[in-house]
Amino acid sequence: MIRVEGLSKTFRDGFKALVDVDLEIRRGEIFALLGPNGAGKTTLISVICGLVNPSAGRVMVDGHDNVRQYRKARALIGLVPQELTNEAFTTVWDTVSFSRGLFGKPKDPAHIEKVLRSLTLWEKRDSRLLALSGGMKRRVLIAKALAHEPQVLFLDEPTAGVDVALRREMWEVVRQLRDQGVTIILTTHYIEEAEEMADRIGVIRRGEIVLVENKHALMRKLGNKELTLHLHEPLADIPTALSGHGLTLTDEGHALVYSYDAASQQESSSISGLLADLEAVGLRVKDLHTRQSSLEDIFVSLVQERR
Amino acid sequence: MNLKNLNLQSVKTLYLAEMARSLRTMLQSVISPVISTSLYFVVFGAAIGTRISEVDGVSYGAFIVPGLIMLMLLTQSVSNASFGIFFPRFSGSVYEILSAPMSYVEVVIGYVGAAASKSMILGLIVLATARLFVPYAIEHPLMMLVFLILTAITFSLLGFIIGIWADGFEKLQLVPLLVITPLTFLGGTFYSIDMLPPFWQTVTLANPVVYLVSGFRWSFYGISDVSPVVSLLMILLFLSAALAVLSWIFKSGYRLKP
Repeated sequence: MIRVEGLSKTFRDGFKALVDVDLEIRRGEIFALLGPNGAGKTTLISVICGLVNPSAGRVMVDGHDNVRQYRKARALIGLVPQELTNEAFTTVWDTVSFSRGLFGKPKDPAHIEKVLRSLTLWEKRDSRLLALSGGMKRRVLIAKALAHEPQVLFLDEPTAGVDVALRREMWEVVRQLRDQGVTIILTTHYIEEAEEMADRIGVIRRGEIVLVENKHALMRKLGNKELTLHLHEPLADIPTALSGHGLTLTDEGHALVYSYDAASQQESSSISGLLADLEAVGLRVKDLHTRQSSLEDIFVSLVQERR
Repeated sequence: MNLKNLNLQSVKTLYLAEMARSLRTMLQSVISPVISTSLYFVVFGAAIGTRISEVDGVSYGAFIVPGLIMLMLLTQSVSNASFGIFFPRFSGSVYEILSAPMSYVEVVIGYVGAAASKSMILGLIVLATARLFVPYAIEHPLMMLVFLILTAITFSLLGFIIGIWADGFEKLQLVPLLVITPLTFLGGTFYSIDMLPPFWQTVTLANPVVYLVSGFRWSFYGISDVSPVVSLLMILLFLSAALAVLSWIFKSGYRLKP
């Protein structure tokens, strides 16, 4: 549906926001673009939607070059920006109808009604935008993006600063759209969100796509947890009785680190096995803590794997 | 640019939305210019004007009518058009315009067309208001409209450029305050330039507003400081200059598309 080829963007101040990005989005999928703040997620979306001129490379939207055939390419795309940007004094109905007209589509009150109802905005259709809550405003932005019946919807950080209940509601809305055949690309820096929603996940870091993978494959990589045991007395070596647990000795023998997959049932029972073995060997544990790989760690490890 | 390919639906939507925005602020956009113009007529026309003799055979009150309409037209065109594009840039909602399947020409027609329409409507309201204070005649009504339309479009384009250039509210006010208003007051709105000493008459000819006011006044009373043909050519020159700057802006993506 969307093919990005060799896309680079260097801003005037020399900042390289995108470096030779290749990416293909399949029709009908939910694609999550995952990356830390400043990784280039928004820049990539902006280039595809025509808000930023690329320095090199090209973007094809359903076979249309987004620069030379910008009318055809852009007509297929709906964009929900990250920031809540609205003309405060217009009504929900007017602003959504405006978006449809702006994209060159004739008036269709039935379609606008359908969009508003699906986003539970129908009751608020005559409200001015400034009177709406943050979550409502975000839904208005989604309604505006859907007003011209796009085939591809970009959601830039749709759930940033949104409470848990509303986040679930957003996810539900996105799923419904996918069921209607809309291709969805969403950016996020929450792993949880990508896990919940996406069919495929692309990881972007410092303007480079580090990997694109099926969600299930990626989640296995992300599921690692670490248990660190701080010992009273330093060890020179790992006792043979504990060798079956795959431990590593760190901190000059003061700590044992145990890696495991938190999602797996079996593994959790082996934590108690490990603790029992420690007891049996007579090691005294001063303190222990567990830690889940943070997104940043995952990026670092992903980048290192590649090199 | 092939006009047949013009995306009329998009242009119409943008134009109507801009006009609707003006209607929402009807009170400040219509009442305040009418009041300020009325004040000019009371002070300059009625109070001071009665002590000033006729200018080129026209009573002073009537003499300033075209100038005041020009004053209104220039300031309103610039402020409408600059605010029209500045506000979406400021609020961020410009993303929608830029991501719409619209050409730049269409965007400009929408914004500038709406700004020019609004200032022309105001100009005509001021014209009607003036009638309450002084009698006047319009000798060349058709040319009056031509001057009105060309000036409104030209200065709306200028306002649009300012709205793209400005990166804050101060800059948005800067050009109207420091450039447009002084040039208008010194451009023969309240006097005929042959009332000035010879040296200043020459200096004044460098003021573009002189040509606008002079041409516009000619369409009313058949009197002018410079030939109406020169006035018309000058307006067309400003129009081309504004279009040239705009086309550079869009080509380079200046302030709109990084």
